[in-house]
Amino acid sequence: MTLGLSAFVIFFAAIFTNNILLTNFLGMCSFLAISREVKSSLGLGLAVIFVMTCTSALNYLVYYGLLVPLGLEHFRFIVFIIVIAAFVQLVEMVIERTSPVLYVILGIFLPLITVNCAILGVALFMIIRNYTFLQSVAYGAGGGIGWTLAIVAMGGIRQRLRGAPVPKPLEGPGITLIIAGLMALAFIGFTGMIQIQ
Amino acid sequence: MAEILLSLVALSCLGAGLAFLLEVADSYLGFYGECHIDINNGEKELTVQGGGSLLSTLMEQGIFIPSACGGRGSCGYCKVKVHEGGGPLLPTETPWLGPEEVEAEVRISCQIKVREDMDIEIPAELFLIKEFRSRVEGLRDLTDEMKELHLRLTEPDVITFKAGQYIQFQVPEYEQCPESVYRAYSIASPSHEPSGITLVVTRVPGGLATTYIHDILKEGDEVVFNGPYGDFYLRDSSREIFLVATGSGLAPIMSILHQIAREGVSRKTTLIFGARHKKDLFYLEEMEALKQEIPGLEVIFTLSRPEEDDRWEGERGRVTNVLEKIIKDGANKEAYLCGNPAMVESCVELLTKKGIPREFIFYDKFG
Repeated sequence: MTLGLSAFVIFFAAIFTNNILLTNFLGMCSFLAISREVKSSLGLGLAVIFVMTCTSALNYLVYYGLLVPLGLEHFRFIVFIIVIAAFVQLVEMVIERTSPVLYVILGIFLPLITVNCAILGVALFMIIRNYTFLQSVAYGAGGGIGWTLAIVAMGGIRQRLRGAPVPKPLEGPGITLIIAGLMALAFIGFTGMIQIQ
Repeated sequence: MAEILLSLVALSCLGAGLAFLLEVADSYLGFYGECHIDINNGEKELTVQGGGSLLSTLMEQGIFIPSACGGRGSCGYCKVKVHEGGGPLLPTETPWLGPEEVEAEVRISCQIKVREDMDIEIPAELFLIKEFRSRVEGLRDLTDEMKELHLRLTEPDVITFKAGQYIQFQVPEYEQCPESVYRAYSIASPSHEPSGITLVVTRVPGGLATTYIHDILKEGDEVVFNGPYGDFYLRDSSREIFLVATGSGLAPIMSILHQIAREGVSRKTTLIFGARHKKDLFYLEEMEALKQEIPGLEVIFTLSRPEEDDRWEGERGRVTNVLEKIIKDGANKEAYLCGNPAMVESCVELLTKKGIPREFIFYDKFG
C-alpha cells in the first residue's frame, strides 16, 4: 500500500496531515526552546529542512547499502545518529567557509539539530514504512517543512503573547505547552485525510 | 560470536570512515594558508597563518587591540578599520557599529576571521601596548568576595599607564578552563609606581578568571597580561570632581585618587562608594590616608542593605540616592563612574537630568 503512494503525496502529507511535530511530537525540545520569536524559529527551521532532507537520503543509502547487506539493521539507531552528527559537522564547515554571514545566523542552531529527535524520527519512520528512496527524500523534505511551519507558527503566537495577561503560574513553558497542545489538536483533525503510516 | 565481531568492526569502520571524512574536509575547508596583513598603509606588515580571528591573530603578533570581553563579541571594544579582506559585515557586529562607523569600514576584530590578505588601520598608540610578564608579589583578602592581587613586573620591568586604565589578564589553561582566556581588570595602584600593578578581583561563581585568581594563584606564580587600555582617566579641567564606585569598581578610582594626591590637584573632589553590607567595604585605611593628603576630598559611603549588627550610621540606599541628595545642579562638575552596568546607566541618567553634559560623564562598566 505504501509503495502505491506517490512521493508527491507523502511530501504534502508530511507537511500538513502528518506533521512530525504536531502529530508525532518529535523535536519538542528545540520547538519549545527556540520559538520565542519568528526570526530565530525560521533560522532553525531552515537549517532543519536542509539537514532533514539530506540526512534522510544519506541514511537511506547507509541503511540499504550497508546495514541490510551486513544484517545489522538493529544498529540503525546508533548509525543514523552518527551519520546525522557527521553531516551536521560537515555542513557547518562548508557554511563557515562559503558564507560567514549565514554561519553566524545559523551558528548556534546547527549543533542543536544533531540532537533534534525529529531528524532521527524521519530516518526511522522511512525504514519502518518501507519507503523507496524518492519517497524517503520527499518525506524528509516535507517533514522539515512541516516542522518549520509549526515552529514559525509557535514563534508568531509567542511574540503576540508577550503583551497578553497570562496567569502567573502558566508563564513560560506552561502556556507554551498548552498552545502546543491546541495546535496539535487542530493538526490532528487532518490526520484521517491521507494514510501514510 | 561472528555476529558480534562483525557488528563491532562494521560500526568502528563506519565511525572511523566518517571521522576521516570530516578530518579531510576540515584540512581542506579550514585551511586558509598564509595571509598578509598590512597595517596603517605599510607601517607594519605581518605574515600570518589564516583561519583565526583578526583579534587573536594580531595578539599572537604582539599587537594588542583593547577588548574587555576577551573575544566573545559582547563588549564591542576591539574596533579596527578594515579596508580590504574583511568579508561582509556580520550580524554579530552590527549592534556595536553606528552608520558612520560602517561607512568608515570599522569592524569588530574578534568577530571577523583572517581568510585572505587584509589591509587594516589601527590607532598608532596601540603599538605601545605591550605584553608583560610578572610575578605575584602579594595576594590578600579585601572582603569575603574580593582579593587584592599585586604583580611585580619582570619583563619588561616598567609599565606606563594613565590612572584609571585597565589591563587584560591572561588566564592560563587549568582544569575548568580548557583554553587560555583574557579578562579585563582595572589597575588600582598609582601610575607613578611603574614597577608593578595592583588589581582587585571579585569572585564570580563559576567565573574562569576569578576562580583561577581566588583558588589557584599563589605568591610567586607567573602572570602574563597585556595593556594598558581604556579612556577612563582624569581629564584636565577646573570642574568639581565626582567619583562614584561600587564593588571592585573602586580599583581605577583609587588609582585616580593617588594621582590627585600626587599632583596636588586642588579641585573639590567627592568620592561616593556604594556596597551592600558593611563587610563589603574595603580600602578604608587607604582612603583615610588619602583624605590627609587631599584637602578637598570628601568620602561618602553608602550601604544598600546594611545588616543589623553593622550598626550603620552613614548613608543608606544606592549611590544614586546620594548623588540625588548632594548634587543640586550640574554646573561646572564632572563625574567618573565605575561599577556594574546597571549602576553606571542609572547614574548617567540621573547626572544628565541634573544638568551635567554627557561629555563630562566618564565611565567604565564592569560586566
